[in-house]
Amino acid sequence: MDTPLIEFQEVTKRFGSRTILDAVNFRIYEGEVTTIIGLSGSGKSVILKHIIGLLRPDQGTILFRGMPLAEMRKREAAASLARISYMFQDNALFDSLTVYDNIALPLRETTNLDKAEIDGRVRARMEQTELADAAAKYPSELSGGMQKRVALARALVTDPRIVLFDEPTSGQDPVRKNAILSMIAQYQRKFGFTAILVSHEIPDVYFISNRILALYDRKIVFQGSPEELEDFAHPFKDEVIRSLEGFQEELTGLYSRRQFKILNHAQLKRREYGETYTVVVFVLDELDAIVANLGYDAAQEAIRGMGMFIDKHFSAIGGFSTRTQTNEFATVLPYSDLDEAESILRAFGKDFEGQGIRDIWDGARRRAFSGECVEFAIQAGIAQGDPIAEIGPIIASARHQLKVIARLRCDGRV
Amino acid sequence: MEHSWTEGERGAGPGGTPEDTVSRRLAMAVTGPFARLGGKAIDWTNNLGAAAIFLVLALVKVPRAKQLSRIVQHIHYIGARSTPIILLIGLFTGMVLGLQSYHALVKVGAEGALGTLVVLSLVRELGPVLTAIMITARAGSAITAELGSQRISEQIDALDTMRIDPLKYLISPRIAAAIISFPLLTTLFDLIGIVGGYISGVLLLGANGGTYLYRVQVSMEMKDVVDGLVKAVVFAVIVATVCCYQGYFAHLRTDGHGAKAVGLATTSAVVISCVLILVSDYIVTSLLI
Repeated sequence: MDTPLIEFQEVTKRFGSRTILDAVNFRIYEGEVTTIIGLSGSGKSVILKHIIGLLRPDQGTILFRGMPLAEMRKREAAASLARISYMFQDNALFDSLTVYDNIALPLRETTNLDKAEIDGRVRARMEQTELADAAAKYPSELSGGMQKRVALARALVTDPRIVLFDEPTSGQDPVRKNAILSMIAQYQRKFGFTAILVSHEIPDVYFISNRILALYDRKIVFQGSPEELEDFAHPFKDEVIRSLEGFQEELTGLYSRRQFKILNHAQLKRREYGETYTVVVFVLDELDAIVANLGYDAAQEAIRGMGMFIDKHFSAIGGFSTRTQTNEFATVLPYSDLDEAESILRAFGKDFEGQGIRDIWDGARRRAFSGECVEFAIQAGIAQGDPIAEIGPIIASARHQLKVIARLRCDGRV
Repeated sequence: MEHSWTEGERGAGPGGTPEDTVSRRLAMAVTGPFARLGGKAIDWTNNLGAAAIFLVLALVKVPRAKQLSRIVQHIHYIGARSTPIILLIGLFTGMVLGLQSYHALVKVGAEGALGTLVVLSLVRELGPVLTAIMITARAGSAITAELGSQRISEQIDALDTMRIDPLKYLISPRIAAAIISFPLLTTLFDLIGIVGGYISGVLLLGANGGTYLYRVQVSMEMKDVVDGLVKAVVFAVIVATVCCYQGYFAHLRTDGHGAKAVGLATTSAVVISCVLILVSDYIVTSLLI
């Protein structure tokens, strides 16, 4: 495997007599989104502060591209840390500076760019983070969500290679939380930086993370993909994941992935040999177009509307659903075969074209920053499972059967 | 095997006799105040050293291209916006000085020396000291509170993460602005104080105006003005360093956290500044006289 971008080797940190990190080991790879999860006060932010150099370990080594940070020359260490941005949990905006000046600050103070160049970059970031109208306002005049976006714009204005996000969604409503995570994911794809998040938002962070680090009892007890975390047997899962994940997903009200799996296993146990069930996968297409034209909040509102409509329709006939990816949902229809499922889906499609897609559109428009119309489509695919089959491959199989079941066109036709 | 206590262990260990405990408490009662005093002295020395390093590091970062606009901005806050209060205090200080001096001098038939008394008192002592105390109260406390708030809301950490030197960005301009503003405000205080003395002594009490102005002119030497301004610069360095230091390290206070720490830091800044102004006034006067 490649040399990790950042590696912690046996890092220990104490504050007085309290040990916060105890011989912590983990690796972070370039170009990935890595999320550190753990309970409040477990030391997640302390890890971030070590990465950016605000704290130094009492014991152990932090490696930067394989080089120990403590052994680097001052200039080398400064150069390594210079490409890192940090987004603080409470934003840490300068309350005596306007939004524009807050975002421009790192460029003015650390670069030799001329005024016009700085202005261009700041305005571009403000456009991207939907802050163009707030340039002359002070942080105290903004809502919590807008302050987060200012902090995000400031963190990204220097085109960093690594961005550390300390609980970027704290204190936000479900739509805004997902909008911020979606924004981070999109910027990460666009600019290719390495993102390191500290977050409690399970399962929402799974949708955007390549790797998860689990901090438990002062140690990193797991590092791997979100899928690998599903199969990780450790008290961390019972004590932390269960308490954070909850029974339902906050944004859509659908079952959490964990609860969805539990329900499916319960159903499997009750089934007899020969009985089948079907899985329907729904995908909201053109999400990026919705983001680009209407904003992140509108896109999340569309996802929320779609989840609620799916739940309303299928829970009435004994189905249960979850969100599997940012814009993808899976519904299990117990005791059904492909023919039955297709007939149910046809009825759903009709209902969806009649009302659902308009509800989604209306919801999105309420949160939109512009009055533009965006054409989008809903796709669905079906696959059949039997009691001995795991649900994962069946969902994957349903993904291969996707076809458009409803489309919203701007000329008013559905 | 039974444990046998050594002499050293006996006093503190469970095997110590009641007499040992009593003698230990007695020893603590006798040495305790000295230990606490020693601890305080060590703390003070540490803080003094840290503040001196803080000042030197901040001063060496003053001569930078981007500092000018920030220094001007702080001169506006520390200097220009303190002008009304300095004018008011200067006027009434001069008037009280004129009033008291006139009545004292009349008794010995020396009311002609009123101008001398007013101008020397103001230029040598009252001007620099009262100006420094007033700026401490108005601008120094605000500097501590602002820096303390920035510290506890992680704004100073944010500067670090953006690779902006907080000392250069926040502290150097304030110290430079104080060094420029204090002598200017002191001069203003002196001038308006002389006017105040004229108002009360001449206009209200009837002393001779020409004599007053003549005495002001002949009594004051250039050395008096320079000494007064040297004091103003010394006080500027003290006030700016103490106020910035207290605010910048508000998060390290052990007697409070968060907003309480900011409040305590502000109180400490004002009290320490005022005490140091008076102590250093004596020292500087002794050196200059």
